[in-house]
Amino acid sequence: MKEFLIGRLSMEALPHEWFTIGGSVFFGGLIIALAILLTVTKRWGWLWKEWLTSVDPKKIGIMYFIVAGFMLIARGGLEALMMWLQQALGSSDMPGFLGATHGYLSAEHFQQIFTAHGNIMVFFVAMGFIFGLINYIVPLQIGARDLASPFLNTLGFWLYVAGVVMVNMFFFVGGEYAATGWLAVAPLSGAEFSPGTGMDYLIWSLQISGIGTTLGAINFIMTILRMRAPGMTLWKMPAFTWGSLCSMVMAVTVFPLLTATLFLIFFDRYFDTHFFTTTLGGNAMMYTNLIWMWGHPEVYILVLPAYGLFTEIVSTFSRKKLASYTSNIIGLIGVSLFALSVWLHHFFTMGAGADINAFFGVMTMFIAIPTTVLVFTWIATMRGGRIRFTTPMLWFLGFIAVFTFGGVTGVMLAVPPADFQFHNSLFLVAHFHSNVIGGVLFGVFAGITYWFPKMSGFRLNERIGRYAFWCWMIGFSLSFIPMYIVGLMGATRRLDTYDAASGWQPFYVLMLIGGIVIAVGVALQLVQIIASVIQKRRLHDPTGDPWGGRSLEWSVPSPAPSYNFATIPQVTSRDAYWEMKERGIPARTYEDIHMPKNTASGIYISIFAFFVGFGLVWHINWLAIVSLIGAIVCVIVRTFNDDTEYTITAAEVEKMEKAKLAKTQAQHAEKDTGPDEDMGLIEFVKLVIIWALNVVRTRQWRNR
Amino acid sequence: MAESVATSELKHEAEANDRVMFGFWVYLMTDLLMFAVLFAVYAVLHGNTVGGPTGSQLFSQPQALAETLILLTSSFTCGVGMIAARRGNKNQVLAWFTLTLLLGVAFLSLELLEFGELIHEGYTPSSNAFLSSFFVLVGTHGLHIISGLFWMFVTLLFVVMRGLNRQLVRKLALLSLFWHFLDIVWIFIFTIVYLMAYV
Amino acid sequence: MAKHKPSRNRSILYIILWVLVLVMLFAVLLRGADIRMLNPKGAVAQGELGLMIYSTVVLLAITIPTLFFLYFFAWKYRESNTKAAYDPNKKHGKFFVFGLWAIPVAFMLVLAPVMWIGTHELAPQKSIVSNNKALTVQVIAMRWKWLFIYPEQNIATVNFVQVPVNTPVEFDLTADDSPMSSFWVPHWGGQLYAMTGMTNRLNLMPTTTGDSEGSSAEINGEGFAGMKFTARASSQQDFDSWVLGVKQSPNMLDMVEYERLLKPSENNPSALYARADADLYDTVVMKYMGSHDHQMGHE
Repeated sequence: MKEFLIGRLSMEALPHEWFTIGGSVFFGGLIIALAILLTVTKRWGWLWKEWLTSVDPKKIGIMYFIVAGFMLIARGGLEALMMWLQQALGSSDMPGFLGATHGYLSAEHFQQIFTAHGNIMVFFVAMGFIFGLINYIVPLQIGARDLASPFLNTLGFWLYVAGVVMVNMFFFVGGEYAATGWLAVAPLSGAEFSPGTGMDYLIWSLQISGIGTTLGAINFIMTILRMRAPGMTLWKMPAFTWGSLCSMVMAVTVFPLLTATLFLIFFDRYFDTHFFTTTLGGNAMMYTNLIWMWGHPEVYILVLPAYGLFTEIVSTFSRKKLASYTSNIIGLIGVSLFALSVWLHHFFTMGAGADINAFFGVMTMFIAIPTTVLVFTWIATMRGGRIRFTTPMLWFLGFIAVFTFGGVTGVMLAVPPADFQFHNSLFLVAHFHSNVIGGVLFGVFAGITYWFPKMSGFRLNERIGRYAFWCWMIGFSLSFIPMYIVGLMGATRRLDTYDAASGWQPFYVLMLIGGIVIAVGVALQLVQIIASVIQKRRLHDPTGDPWGGRSLEWSVPSPAPSYNFATIPQVTSRDAYWEMKERGIPARTYEDIHMPKNTASGIYISIFAFFVGFGLVWHINWLAIVSLIGAIVCVIVRTFNDDTEYTITAAEVEKMEKAKLAKTQAQHAEKDTGPDEDMGLIEFVKLVIIWALNVVRTRQWRNR
Repeated sequence: MAESVATSELKHEAEANDRVMFGFWVYLMTDLLMFAVLFAVYAVLHGNTVGGPTGSQLFSQPQALAETLILLTSSFTCGVGMIAARRGNKNQVLAWFTLTLLLGVAFLSLELLEFGELIHEGYTPSSNAFLSSFFVLVGTHGLHIISGLFWMFVTLLFVVMRGLNRQLVRKLALLSLFWHFLDIVWIFIFTIVYLMAYV
Repeated sequence: MAKHKPSRNRSILYIILWVLVLVMLFAVLLRGADIRMLNPKGAVAQGELGLMIYSTVVLLAITIPTLFFLYFFAWKYRESNTKAAYDPNKKHGKFFVFGLWAIPVAFMLVLAPVMWIGTHELAPQKSIVSNNKALTVQVIAMRWKWLFIYPEQNIATVNFVQVPVNTPVEFDLTADDSPMSSFWVPHWGGQLYAMTGMTNRLNLMPTTTGDSEGSSAEINGEGFAGMKFTARASSQQDFDSWVLGVKQSPNMLDMVEYERLLKPSENNPSALYARADADLYDTVVMKYMGSHDHQMGHE
């Protein structure tokens, strides 16, 4: 009876180790603190109406940023530091603490940490940030008011959140995560070698958020292909939209592969099937093939929007039209196509014959061709331009340096015999981090810094932004160049301990120092945001076009109104807004606007989806079935609901536009005539101390 | 050039319809890709019987043929129902789609019978890799059929309750797309699993 | 690797200084260090290093000029440099577009044939040509140690393998009761996976005497970090006398001992066995075989 009711749950599943207790206290404490804050400020209704149930892609985009940023700091980044600390302490001549042979993490715990680090960074940090950017910016760039399906948008977001909760769930219930590496290769990930619930949490957090991603990708494709402003042909779209389109077409192609593969490994574990088992006919190598057919395109899904974004940044801050738009876009398309046909390079060492290995090696190498073309178009754009070194442009220059490391080592790795040495060494790990950090993460930072004024109405503090950038560059060079070196010395990845005689320890120590410098950089990025909020008035963007932008998102006020455009623009060329500025912005005409209503159905469906997964992790079958039914009922209720829109009349639109204009002008007049430099770090620290002392003195958060 | 409110409403709805149809096609492609994985897996594993019986010894070709004919017929009735829907003929819609539903149930019953027999004789998904891939490939199709039937049932209920309005016609269009898609996938299953087992 | 700031040539100086600091730091730390991949002690490792160097040189040949121009233009066309020509709507002709694509294609054409040929020459399954007769060593990866069986000499070892120098060694790799492992001796050459139910052939030939470290490069569970072994290359004479010595060992690798070894254990010390069952390896591989159609190994 007990087994029917609560499946395999037991008292043992509750937190009883230092990190599960720590994690539960942290997350639990955070949730409770948030709840208290919302209650005291009476903001529950506001949160629900304005944010959680919103279908506005701008709001959903910001929510993606918040969740992704939180996961970057609280999980992914923290795990990186934990790993570097262990490896710095893990030499065989060092003592062991907290149950470890050397260092402070047991082998099993260490293996769980790098698995979680990989899953979280790829699925919940990188994908979250990219989806946030696409959500916010693409509709604005193509002259649309919303995505094709607002419902799918909010559903996709909340499924992503359900995945986030699932990947953190083990702190509260279960006590362990998968220890298989982020892609959970079989047969290590099968029931025989990974019997615990950790692997099941991996399966379901990835599966649920993966379905959210697929729905989101369908949505973005529908939007880009069907909702562009009149006159905007495909060949006039901005580069970021193109990068997003290529990325989402790839996503729609390969995420179903992930869905199917995760189901198959789930069946092996739950129903004792034999897809990837070592006995009874299972074929573990097939898992490797299937998962990498998804896995390789995935990293290009992440980087293609970044490429597009950098193209726009280079063009805008060089005050020059993109050199050879056609080659640039074909480059993006070329990268997407090649990326779908190279997956075997992840397992050259599994023993395929020379013909197969050589084929995939050559295909992999060919990706360098369109990538190089992209870089050449950027160079040609800068030549003959007037370049301003704003923070986004700095991130671009940093991206080039770091990403090139990754690109060059990538082609080195693409040579199969060389890969026989490099495979699974730290050289490999340094390679892909150079690409993911240099390309995706720096791209996200550049994008957020670039579009921040559009999202908030004021730009970010440039000074502290520069400090953060340099921290990242110095930190990166300290944490990843030693990683290349120690990889060449023969260090494999995922080692919690190693021979003192190998001479690797000093390099691990350098990596740790680099990681700390990066952490300082991240802290400075947070400070940058806070300092910008403090200096909001000074940094105010009155025109909606603080950089001299070229695409349509800069033609709307900052922040954009809920309906994006009062009048859908007519597009006649690339760099549509630049054209409009040159030829004169057309007069406004107002019309009725159909807006989608908020809906909580995304939240409810995702809660049910979560419990389906949770039920299956713990073999609580009734819970899984009931939750599945619940999700289906919610889907039916939502899809058969015909009343999902409301209308803003033309008169109301006109009123809102005029009010916004008045408010902007008032704010602009109010702009303080203080110092003409952005706040520096010392100034910020002083302000914080003064504020803190004030709080203590007057017992008030801020002066009334 | 001022448009009347009614015209702009219709245009808005037409655009929305177009988008939904397009999006649904994209979704069907993702579903097809998922099936592609299952077909590939079946191709790799169908020989791994670990000494047990192969498909030719376990499958009943007549039964598979019957299932195919039933499903093909249901696609036909679905198509006729769709024509009736576009004509706004509520009673014909109910008749033809109910027929489709019943044919779908018949298909499902035959399939469940087949599964039941195999499991009863000890050939379960956990017996070997061949059976794992067989049950999952055909079973996934079966689950899609169940979803389609359920979707059909709910939609017909709403047709009865609300009458045949434009939104429901659109839903029926998506549903019939889904149903035809499942029929096509079944043709592949019939060929690759049931026919090629005897090759 | 230079980065630029607007008319703040100081920043360029700082960057150059930082790069110098790093270079000096690494030089100090690497003094006397064994950078295994760059220190080949085997014919295969030598060939692989050659390919690494070739591809690196070709890549640097395109990368360094590209980076140079990117950063140079970033500096030259900075806003404060009003002397530089400003051409905001510059149109590029067909020659430019052709160059955009032709340059990377050209570099890839220089790389691809070498990659193709090199991959075939250095395929792990390819036998190494030598006057000396090849030695067969069968390898069974277990949790979490390596069992080496010498079928011709009828001896076995755990976590220790000795071979004569300049002799082609044919390693046959499989695994038992273990997830996938990866057999890797960086000094001797690249790695290859050891998987249950499969047999993979890895040809290596050490060319210098001495000890090298081997490990599993693929995570296979909790004890994976300790799954290391010593790979010793010795003269033919030393090898022969070593084999004789092992045959004097009191330990036998019978089925009982094998089953004991198979149980998961970490950080196993090396062990020597005087006799091993010649069919042991094949039995282990066949253990996981499915039906007759199940694919066995690779060409």
